[in-house]
Amino acid sequence: MNILANIISLTIVFAVPLMLVALGGMYSEHSGVINLALEGIMIIGALCSCFTLQSLDRSGFGPAHPQLSMLIAILVAGVTGMAFSVLLAFAAINLKADQTIGGTALNTFAPAFAVVVTWAVQGQGLTTIQIPTWIRITQANFGLEPGDGFWDMLIFKYFYLTTPIAVILFFAAWIVMYKTRFGLRLRACGEHPQAADSVGINVYRMRYAGVLISGFLGGVGGIAYIIAIGSGFSSSVGGYGFLALAVMIFGNWKPVQILGSAVFFALFKVIAAYNSSIPFLPKLEGVKDKSSLYQMLPYVVTMIVLIFTSKSSKAPKAEGIPYDKGSR
Amino acid sequence: MNKKKRLAENGMLISILASVVSIIFGLIFGFVLLFILNPAKAGIGINAMLTTGFASLDQFGKVLYQSAPLMLCGLSVGFAFKTGLFNIGASGQYTIGAFCALLGGIAWQLPWWACLILACIGGGIWGIFPGLFKALFNVNEVITSIMFNWIGMFLVNFLMANMPILLASAWGASNSDRTAALSAANPGAIIPKGGLDKILGNSSWINISVFIALLVALITYFILNKTTFGYELKACGYNKEASRYAGINANRNVVLSMIIAGALSGLGGGVYYLAGTVQYVLEKSILAMGFNGIPVALLANSNPIGTIFSALFISYIQVGGSAMQPNFSSEATDIIIAVIIYLAAFALLMRGLIIRLLSGKKDKEVKA
Repeated sequence: MNILANIISLTIVFAVPLMLVALGGMYSEHSGVINLALEGIMIIGALCSCFTLQSLDRSGFGPAHPQLSMLIAILVAGVTGMAFSVLLAFAAINLKADQTIGGTALNTFAPAFAVVVTWAVQGQGLTTIQIPTWIRITQANFGLEPGDGFWDMLIFKYFYLTTPIAVILFFAAWIVMYKTRFGLRLRACGEHPQAADSVGINVYRMRYAGVLISGFLGGVGGIAYIIAIGSGFSSSVGGYGFLALAVMIFGNWKPVQILGSAVFFALFKVIAAYNSSIPFLPKLEGVKDKSSLYQMLPYVVTMIVLIFTSKSSKAPKAEGIPYDKGSR
Repeated sequence: MNKKKRLAENGMLISILASVVSIIFGLIFGFVLLFILNPAKAGIGINAMLTTGFASLDQFGKVLYQSAPLMLCGLSVGFAFKTGLFNIGASGQYTIGAFCALLGGIAWQLPWWACLILACIGGGIWGIFPGLFKALFNVNEVITSIMFNWIGMFLVNFLMANMPILLASAWGASNSDRTAALSAANPGAIIPKGGLDKILGNSSWINISVFIALLVALITYFILNKTTFGYELKACGYNKEASRYAGINANRNVVLSMIIAGALSGLGGGVYYLAGTVQYVLEKSILAMGFNGIPVALLANSNPIGTIFSALFISYIQVGGSAMQPNFSSEATDIIIAVIIYLAAFALLMRGLIIRLLSGKKDKEVKA
């Protein structure tokens, strides 16, 4: 039973960054801007957040107030991710640049910047920023006895502040998208910006909002990913920004379905890492490197799904097209 | 004033100027960043980046050697751009090309030229997917390409791990995390040096791959500018609907364009790994070479002849970048490349600015 608890809790901790970043992509694409830069935004958010955690750890404030420090680190990740996404928003909205090329530029920039800065701060060759161990939420936080039973494993093995925050952000996303005037206007700008403009919606401002929210979620997703892998930050988020794009497409640009597909993709990630110790999987005797096979599957499944759903795709109609007030 | 007007209307000149301006901005930005990080060493760092490529014949050989795969990946991205497609999947096609070349060279003991053909075929097959998905299901080629980058990388890692004959451990070495050294497995699969090493002071890097890439660039230029097929491709790139109205089969051209782009990237993977100096390491991250094809193509404005020079430039600063250690990480080069890509994203604006500068006061007079 403990292996099941382990799989479930690992799946959740890996689903958190995927869902957050995919939700970020959703906001941006509903406003009409393809955010290919999610990978880079995650890296910048994680970089700044890890440095924050490190300095809080050294100052002694972190061990004394672990969850408050974690909250600060998460906010730092979100705000820096948001600041970085301004570069994409400026190019895509004000300068009407090609959004995919702008995103590629940011994705090239972020890992290089992270390596150069980490190298300069920590010294030559030390390119991994370690994250402190006190960030985990333990039984002690709730006045419970530590244990290793089923429920202890399920809840506390990989319990971090990012998980409850992700739950809140998920409900917030659903409410904002479907129950608020802002969400309706945002979606209008991604479907038919000219029509939105004609009823007095400021398309540029809405698109800025979409990209900036996605920057915030991308940054938070970045630190959530680093927490999930647990081996510190070494200037990479392992392609999770791109995987999150697949999650978003697989989730049909809708929050609830994005949650479902994030869990599905995370499960494959966990299976890839632990396939040898999971009893009910096919054994595939004599096959080496099964991990690659399992990691490849989510992408293959996404492509197959795209074939069947492309005719009824819920992708925002105007995504990727710069809005020009003068054009008809 | 007439002379100025003519200058402003010279598209080629404006493209080159726009690229030069991007490069200058990139270098300034890189320098400022290095200066903030380590003011004392910034000058040494940027100097190393800008002079190492010419510092010795061996380094210059390395510049030429690395420029060949860059040129081919740049041609690949540029070729797709001409048809209005963004081939961000050059990395996956490059990986598959490398795999096919090594499969031919090590497992099947083929000569180098046959391996290169295999690399083209492998890359071409990987290019079919984004093309077909676009043509049949109208799926954005950017999404398909990104997915197939990852599928390609995991597939190659998986296949190599399950083909022990490809790994170094089968050919007298101890490590099984990389492919066999070609000198041990099949010296005939190494691309010949053609006497270039003698000219370049016994450089261990150089071989004839840079000439293969040059030849391919010329062929690509010919296809795009002197054939009906190239004309149709470009017409689809400018306006898909109009070209369909003119009787051009746009879907067929999308698929063909992606196959050719894929074959070019695949060839890039082939020439890089058949040089005999590097082995494919089974890693869990996407190879950067394909992505570097994007700035190469953007700097060249997708012109195949321009690609030759932009690939040489990117290769030059990359070789220089690795000489910046230990003061700075060699990734500083990527920051400069990122700035160049970012500026290229709003190329139209840059061009407008340069045209205005070139034509000087003319604008004002017209307005007045």
